[in-house]
Amino acid sequence: MQAETKTPRRGLVRWLLGGGLTASVASFLYPVIRFMNPPEVSEAAVNEASVAKVQDFTLNSGKIVKFGSRPVLLIRAGESDWRAFSGTCTHLDCTVQYQTASHQIWCACHNGFYDLNGRVVSGPPPRPLEEYAVHIRGDEVIVTRGAG
Amino acid sequence: MLAARENEKRGPLGWLEDRLGLESVREFIAHKSVPKHSATMWYYFGGITLFLFVIQVLTGILLLLYYRPTTAEAYESVQFIVTQVKFGWLIRSIHSWSANLMILTAFIHMFSVVFLHAYRKPREATWLSGIALLGLALGFGFSGYLLPWNTVSYFATKVGTDMAASLPVIGPPVARFLRGGDEVGGATLTRFFGFHVAVLPGITTVMLLVHLALVQRWNISVPPWVERQFRDRGREVPRMPFAPNFFLRELMAWYAALAGLGILAALFPWELGDKADPFAPAPAGIHPEWYFLAPFYTLKLIPSNVWFIEGELLGLIGFGLLAVWWVCLPFWATDRAGQVKTRLVTGAGVFLLSYLAIFSALGYWQ
Amino acid sequence: MKLKLAMLACAAALWAKDSCLECHSELDGSLAAPTQAFKDDVHKGLGFSCVHCHGGDSSTDDPERSMSRARGFRGKIARTAVPELCAHCHSDAALIHKYNPKQRVDQMAQYKTSVHGQRLAKGDVNVANCVDCHSVHNIRAVRSPLSPVHPLRLPDTCSTCHSDANRMAKYGIPSNQHAEYRSSVHWEALEKRGDLSAPSCASCHGNHGATPPEVTSVAAVCGTCHVLMENLYKESPHEPVFAAMEKGGCVVCHGNHAVEHPTTDLLVGKSSVCADCHEADSAGGKVAEEMGRSILELRAALDRSDEILGRARRSGMEVSEPLLRQMEGRENLVKARVAVHAFDAAAVRQPVQDGLAIAAETHNAGEEAMRERDYRRMGLGLSLIAIAATMIGLWLAIRSIEGREKPIASPDGGG
Repeated sequence: MQAETKTPRRGLVRWLLGGGLTASVASFLYPVIRFMNPPEVSEAAVNEASVAKVQDFTLNSGKIVKFGSRPVLLIRAGESDWRAFSGTCTHLDCTVQYQTASHQIWCACHNGFYDLNGRVVSGPPPRPLEEYAVHIRGDEVIVTRGAG
Repeated sequence: MLAARENEKRGPLGWLEDRLGLESVREFIAHKSVPKHSATMWYYFGGITLFLFVIQVLTGILLLLYYRPTTAEAYESVQFIVTQVKFGWLIRSIHSWSANLMILTAFIHMFSVVFLHAYRKPREATWLSGIALLGLALGFGFSGYLLPWNTVSYFATKVGTDMAASLPVIGPPVARFLRGGDEVGGATLTRFFGFHVAVLPGITTVMLLVHLALVQRWNISVPPWVERQFRDRGREVPRMPFAPNFFLRELMAWYAALAGLGILAALFPWELGDKADPFAPAPAGIHPEWYFLAPFYTLKLIPSNVWFIEGELLGLIGFGLLAVWWVCLPFWATDRAGQVKTRLVTGAGVFLLSYLAIFSALGYWQ
Repeated sequence: MKLKLAMLACAAALWAKDSCLECHSELDGSLAAPTQAFKDDVHKGLGFSCVHCHGGDSSTDDPERSMSRARGFRGKIARTAVPELCAHCHSDAALIHKYNPKQRVDQMAQYKTSVHGQRLAKGDVNVANCVDCHSVHNIRAVRSPLSPVHPLRLPDTCSTCHSDANRMAKYGIPSNQHAEYRSSVHWEALEKRGDLSAPSCASCHGNHGATPPEVTSVAAVCGTCHVLMENLYKESPHEPVFAAMEKGGCVVCHGNHAVEHPTTDLLVGKSSVCADCHEADSAGGKVAEEMGRSILELRAALDRSDEILGRARRSGMEVSEPLLRQMEGRENLVKARVAVHAFDAAAVRQPVQDGLAIAAETHNAGEEAMRERDYRRMGLGLSLIAIAATMIGLWLAIRSIEGREKPIASPDGGG
């Protein structure tokens, strides 16, 4: 029986083996090559990230920006005086906001106030806000977190 | 077909073959053969383990392109690999899954050697080098587990190095050496990274070459009962050519392993968990990788004090003796006449296998 | 006999200065108890002792002399005399600030304005004075977790009297406040979450100047923390109505001591408080209905997004970005709930619409992640097909190679 089907079968074997090997090796190499290709974001936003543009901030204004996967409150207190704090209130994790009138950071949930150094001024927050360093590079605002 | 080609060594390929002396290699492979009998399938597991090791090396090298071994960045860089790098999730998942499968196949390989009595004279050194390779694989597992710097890995490493610390006299310095300090921290991470990507691969490569050379030197063993069966019939044990017969089958096994890996990695991507926080309390239900579960659970069962010694110490001494007994298997398995005590060894194998299986299961489901 | 023993002990301790503690610690029962308690007293650490309150002379061991009225011995302090005695030092800024420059000195003045203080002045010894709350002889700093006026222990301290129905009966005030308070969201925050900023009795009623907040000032009291709600409420149509009805604002819907976690049930459904005044088909009833329904709608949308994102996450997809966005969505839900206090459907609509937009976006991201999952599975499938083809090819190749060879094997040689 084997002898009868020898030729078509050998063709089939060759086709299966050749095609299968080529396709499978391609399916192994494709992810590897894609993996080695540098991704669009060239670095893990661990300690440093460009979070905003300078021109988006007027004097005495503040906005919530994303730093990695965390919200950060970025404040432009003076011409070159930038501050950045963890955007979540230390009381119950509500998002804080900058109050231009009082120059303070305010949490609307339970009326907690922090000053421009992140320290608790009044209200229920148990701890000051974590502060991040801010640098300006060209028109980019770079937020940096201390090691750890 | 080969013979026809041999005469005309022309062109670049022929030149290369000539200069590299591939003819002798070809000759060698053509004469290599593998015993063929009812237990031949167990011969494939060594090869599968080797194949998975190669996958580990390749995916490991790929991960090195993005991984950063510091406490501040380790977790984030793995997260970056998994989220931002194209197919990063796949490479990382394959590395994790392949590591586990490799340990599993290494164990299968070891137990098949025990039950087929392949350790017997003159293959004692092969057995010893194999055990050393298993130890190295466990070392790879232990050091690699910490590298993502997540909660489970952090605490598993803490527990693991604490165990080492409880050994008398040598314990504290050994634990300090492993941790690179008194506590599991940044120094431990750097160190484990060094072990994982440089020290262990170096030693493993040498040991692997020794193991393969020994397998080649003493050839593949035939189980005693197969030998006896054919001797009684006055026949030679049949053999199949290594190439292509055995190799093609091995290739099939590798492809099967690849398919399994692909399925596991794509459908059950390895979780990253939360970043390790050394100041947080240990989360409930911390347990090590499955291959460390049996000793881990045994140590939990031993009361804190037995007679006058500490329970954990007693357990470790027990494991030490068990390990020595197991390593020495080829030496106590043979009687003075050179006969292998097959029943004793099979019994010991069944005992160890059932201990590992039962205690790992209990440790998992406790 | 006992007295003799005590005197003997006193004689043995001639060199010591504080004869009060020395002798009383040798005595029994209530005469010795204060000496034990005093070990933990904050005043002891600052160098004060028995004589500073009780008078007398602690430098002599002769009880006749040490406890003689001639030397200023006052003995047991009458309940009505306690506040004045404490205030002797605590209202003296010059003295107190030597020990703690930030310590307040207005407690006595405040106490006099309180119901407790006014009744005590009239000779009612049933009311609380300093020592009833701060304890006596083992007075601790207010910040100490062991102090009876520490936030976590204050409700129990007040309730020792205020939960006593017999004691409260003659003043005609209820005694269930403590029980009610313990069912409140505030107690839960304080006790279960350990949030020491959560209000307990004194946060609303004051401490030394303890008075019930007047109906008109309730909103202000709640507003010290719940600012946004207070502001909206003050501008709302309810404010003048509730004021005219002489019902304290917030309390009308939320109650006082038993403030429960507010849900949309307050707006719509069987336990709606709006329905107490507004017919369902009246204008007010419709506004309540719309506010409740739109909040529920937003919540359901956010839940749907959570569900699909959770499913994507469980199948190994990376969805931390949309999950972060979900937090913003949830914040809009909170905003919408706050906006209810304007009692105007339009005010609720804005945050609900913002939230719905975010929920739609995160739901899309979830669907995208699920498509990515399917894409991965398709890739896996293609790869598996190639692998399977290769394996079949290999198997056939082996068969054909071994078929050509002479069978040298045992019967199972087919492999």
